[in-house]
Parts: sequence; C-alpha cells; structure tokens
Amino acid sequence: MKPAASAFTTRSAAALADERLQRALADVPGGFVAGRARAKAALPEFEALRRTGRDIKDHALAHLDLYLEEFERNAAAAGSRVHWAATADDACNIVLDICRAAGARLVTKSKSMVFEEIGLNARLQAAALEVVETDLGEYVIQIRGETPSHLIAPAIHLGPDDIAEDFRRRHSHLAPDRDMSSPAALVAEARAILRPKFLGADVGITGANLLVAKAGSAIVVTNEGNADLTMTLPRVHIVLTSIEKVVPTLDDAWVLLRLLARSATGQEFTAYTTLVTGPRRTGDIDGPEECHVVLVDNGRSELLGSRMREVLRCIRCGACMNHCPVYCSVGGHAYGSIYAGPIGAVLSPALVGPHAAGELAQASTFCGRCEQVCPVEIPLVTLMRQWREVSFGDARPGRSKTLLRVWAFLAQRSRLYHAATRAGAALLHALARGRGAISRLPFADAWTRYRDLPAPQGQTFQAQWARRQRRQAP
Amino acid sequence: MSRAAILAKVRARLKLEPGAEAARRAGVQVRLAGVGGHLVPARGNVGGEERVALFKSFLAAQGTDLIEVDEAARIPAAVAGYLRARDLPPRLRAGADPFLAALPWSDDLARDTGAALAGDTAGLSRAIAGVAETGTLVLASGAHNPTTLALLPETHLVVLARAAVVGSYEEAIALVGAQLGPGQMPRTLNLVSGASRTGDIGGRIVMGAHGPRRLAVILCGDI
Repeated sequence: MKPAASAFTTRSAAALADERLQRALADVPGGFVAGRARAKAALPEFEALRRTGRDIKDHALAHLDLYLEEFERNAAAAGSRVHWAATADDACNIVLDICRAAGARLVTKSKSMVFEEIGLNARLQAAALEVVETDLGEYVIQIRGETPSHLIAPAIHLGPDDIAEDFRRRHSHLAPDRDMSSPAALVAEARAILRPKFLGADVGITGANLLVAKAGSAIVVTNEGNADLTMTLPRVHIVLTSIEKVVPTLDDAWVLLRLLARSATGQEFTAYTTLVTGPRRTGDIDGPEECHVVLVDNGRSELLGSRMREVLRCIRCGACMNHCPVYCSVGGHAYGSIYAGPIGAVLSPALVGPHAAGELAQASTFCGRCEQVCPVEIPLVTLMRQWREVSFGDARPGRSKTLLRVWAFLAQRSRLYHAATRAGAALLHALARGRGAISRLPFADAWTRYRDLPAPQGQTFQAQWARRQRRQAP
Repeated sequence: MSRAAILAKVRARLKLEPGAEAARRAGVQVRLAGVGGHLVPARGNVGGEERVALFKSFLAAQGTDLIEVDEAARIPAAVAGYLRARDLPPRLRAGADPFLAALPWSDDLARDTGAALAGDTAGLSRAIAGVAETGTLVLASGAHNPTTLALLPETHLVVLARAAVVGSYEEAIALVGAQLGPGQMPRTLNLVSGASRTGDIGGRIVMGAHGPRRLAVILCGDI
C-alpha cells in the first residue's frame, strides 16, 4: 500500500499547477531578493550588523523576564496599560474586554502576524464588532477570507487581476465600468474605501516590531502609514505583540531596524517607523485617549532554553521566504500554517506542536540560503533538522523509518557498509542499462517521477580511491 | 495572574542558577544605563556639506521633493509656490509651532491651525531632525506639530533646519532629548522616510496608499 501523501505534498502539487500563483511568485526574486542584495551592497557594515543583531536578541532573550518587567514599568509610567496573555484565548479576551469597555463598534487593525496566530478577527467578529484590516494586502486577504501567504506581503500570491475581481465583487456600490486596469487605480479605490474606516474607528489595534524596555515604547513600521492612522485616530489604541519582541534600549532597536527593511524589501528604511509611548499627553490635540499593550506568550516561553530557542530571535522580515527555492515554488499557503517558508517550518511546530506541523521541516532542500540571509543569523537549517529528528522519533513505524534504520545499522559497520554500497552501485549500474540515468526506480517512484536518478558508473568512490592510492604508492 | 505565570515560566525555562541572580540583574542595569556601544554605519559620519548631500540623495531616491531656502522668511513663498506648481488648493494646516506661526505668511495662502481634519489638503510640520544615513525625518507629536498633519492631508510639507541634519538615528535621538529632556520620548516619534506607499498589488510601488501622496522637505539654511 502506498503511504498517503502528506498535506504539504498535496497542497504544493496544487500550487505548482496553479498558473496564476506561479505568475505571481515569479516576481519574488526580481523584487525582494534583488532589493536586499542592493541594500546589502550599499552598506559595508551589513554583515557586522547581523552579528550585532543576533547578540542583541540573544542577550534580550536570556534576560527576558527582567526586560519585560522594565518595559512594563516604563510603559505604565508613560500612561499605557500593560496586559499579559499566556494563551491565544487570553489575548483575545483581553482585547474583547477593552473593546467592550470602550463601547466599540468599529475596529481598525494594522497587520500583525500575532493577530493571525491567535485568531483575533474571528473572535472580534463573533462579538458583533466590525473589523477592518488596513494594510492593503491584508485588506485584500480579509475580503477573500484567506490567510496571509507571506510575512510582509500577505497578498503576494495574487496578481492585480485577482484583486480587481475581488474589489468588483466587494465594492459593488461603485460604478461597474470604473477603471481598474492598473495597480494605481486599485490602490486609489482601496484608499477611498478605507479612509472613512480610519476616521470612524473606535479602537485601533497594531502589532509591534519591537518593544524598547528602557523607553517603554513600541516600535511599529509600515510603508503605507496605515499603522499610524490606526493608532492615532481612534479613541483607544491597543498594541498587541509577543513577549520576545522586547530589546533593552533604543540603541539596540536601531541595529535591528537597520537590518529589518534592508532584509525585507531592500529599502534603506521603511517609510514610516513610529515609536509610540503611551496615550495622548496633556496639551496634545490628537492621538488616542487610552493606550493598551497586550504582551502575548502563546508558546514563546516554552521555547526559551529549548533546542529551538534561536527561533525567538526572528524579526519577521521574510528574507528567508524570499530566498527559499521551496517557498518561491509553492507559495505560503502550501505550508498550511500561519507562518510559512523556512521560519514557518521552524516556528509552526514549536507553536502548534510537531504532530500538526512537523512535516514542514521536510519542506526544505537544506540549501542554506535562508541562514545566509537571516538578519539575526537564526540557524534555520539546524533547527529544521532538529524538527526532523523529533518527528522521526515520534513517527509510527513505516517504510522510510525502516530504511533509515537499516542505513544506520550499516553505517555503523564499515565493512558491511562498503559491501552494501558496492552491491548497490553495481545494481543501479545494471538497472541503468548503459543509459547513465534511471528514470523509474521501484520504491522510489515519488522521487523519480520528477527527475532521473544519475546511475553510478561502476565502482564506489571508496573503491576508486583505494585503487588510486595503490597506483600512486611508490 | 497571567503576568506571574508568564514570568515564572520564562524564569523556569531559562534555567537560572540561584546564585547568579544578583549578577544577572546588575548586568541588565548596566545595559539599560549604557549609551551607544553598538556599531553605527560610517556613512553618516561625514562633514556638514557632505552630510546634507547624503541626506538629499536619499530624499531623491524615496521620491521626496526638496525645496531649499537660505532663510526662514522665504518659507511661506516656497510653500505657496510648491502648491501652485502642482495645482493644489492654496490652503495649509499647521499646529501651534511658534516658529512656523511667526513666519511672514501672505494672505494668498489660507491657513488653518490645529490637528488635521478629514478634508485638509496640505499639512505643514517642523521636524526635530533629519537623518542623513537614510534620508529620514524625525517628527515629535504634540500641540506644536500634531501627528495627524503627517497622515491625513495628501500633501505633507516639512520644515527642517540644515543644522538639524545629523548622521545617524542615535544622533537624532540626542536632539530629541535636547528638546524634550534627556531620555524623554514624545507620545509618538515619527520617523518618516518618504510618502505613503504600497507594493501590495502586483509588487509595483504605488504612492499614496493611505497617508500623504507627496512629501516635501523645506530645507532651511538659517534656523
């Protein structure tokens, strides 16, 4: 009996056959990848900053309890109310309570992956609140009822034509013959739709890219300015973010901000980088009357001190996705988890459990480009390999597990191993029947379906090496 | 309850050694008290003219407009000329910034004061600093320069003193401290590097996503 294809395999096969998706993904290397390369080339200190960024995050994580307490103290001194949420459910309840107390009806949101992770929209909508995503890509995703397929470009899987169709369906009160032929026309339409939402919102919710302990500030970056409108216009601003975002001082934040935009989009700096420290002050004539900060754990603390702890360095730039041959072939939705790409393959099993997401660690060629571009040097390949170990240990007995055990048995007995590889090489050589490649192999049809297996040319490397040594001997 | 539980779990997972707690806390205090210490890119560490040139090169790369005036008294005419050249209404909103209020405004330009409203077409702010390393404006919220001016109008004009163009973000924060008190932060410190933009539709950059469609820096020589 053939083993059932994994969910990732099924979804990625569908993604590879999806021409629209493939067209949309084709632009990733030319856009983000080339942009990052240009930004890196323009900053001689870039590689040194990566090491500094790594060290800052490691220091902050090793003292996470103390920096969270320091952040809380200083944020409270600036007038913010700090809330702590151990779980996704706690976080949603805190936000709901704040919205209820504010008598809110309309809530605007500025994109954050933590909202996706805790399922905030569904909870707010179940409480009869109107929830509007304001990041343009996220707005498109919301009206399609989808999830983001990329950390910083949530609608990267869509082309302008797809979005025009969605807008035509959703904005049915507008003239059907209006110009929707260019991205500029679509952006203008979204701007006109969303502006009244910004102005009418009772509560605005943003994430935070960083928290600064000493200043009690949250730092939020966007190119659209939607986070700024979201946090400035409503009466209540909620910052909802996860606990690993805290760094000691502004000097630490600058290092990470110098890495973030360059790694993400290749920009020198994001158009809007905002340090927000509490609600409206005495004498201020705009800004929210209340500012809440919700610190979400939801599995982070469990990772501290574990073999996977380095994943907590992540600043969510998306560079690992942009440079991943697997992500760029199948897109983010194939991963079937909130976080996609190499970072998703490492983070998702940590957050939702290896049984639910452990197979994502298989979705890598281990080429290592993700590690080379990660702005905080997360050893993504090592961490994925560790998840493979975990899922191998947990897996039920099966063909691959048996084969790996056989291999392990042989690999620890060198004479037997050499004998087996000699026999195997000879067998494969015979199977190739002089063609140099094998196009179908029993028990490995999933592998040979997409490529030929190069056939060994006769002797094993070990045998050839031994013969060469003998020939060269005096 | 969540608070204690989260902090307890963090401490448990960090596997702290009981005897090392005092040293650990002391290390954090040293870090919090410390200034600088990290690598700062060398590109901003250049002389005045070169620094301003670097700042201007990044403005151009972002698509930010630049107006240079040699003295503050010329700012009103420069603003009026900028709006006229783009067929924009001769109307402007600014906060209570006394420097901006004291400029010799002419009657051809209608001026509103206060936080920006939905229908405003142009806003005028004064920046605390400009950062040469990425062409970034540093704006502090408050009654003098309300944040909404930088967000709601389609055109945002920002007055910046040439002398306030610094090399790095670290130097800009020192200027903020000089204005508000050392270590003090405004409600929001807005670092603006260009007008509002998005690449979310088809990967092409479109200006004016939600905030201003155009940003103009008025670089002033004598303030």
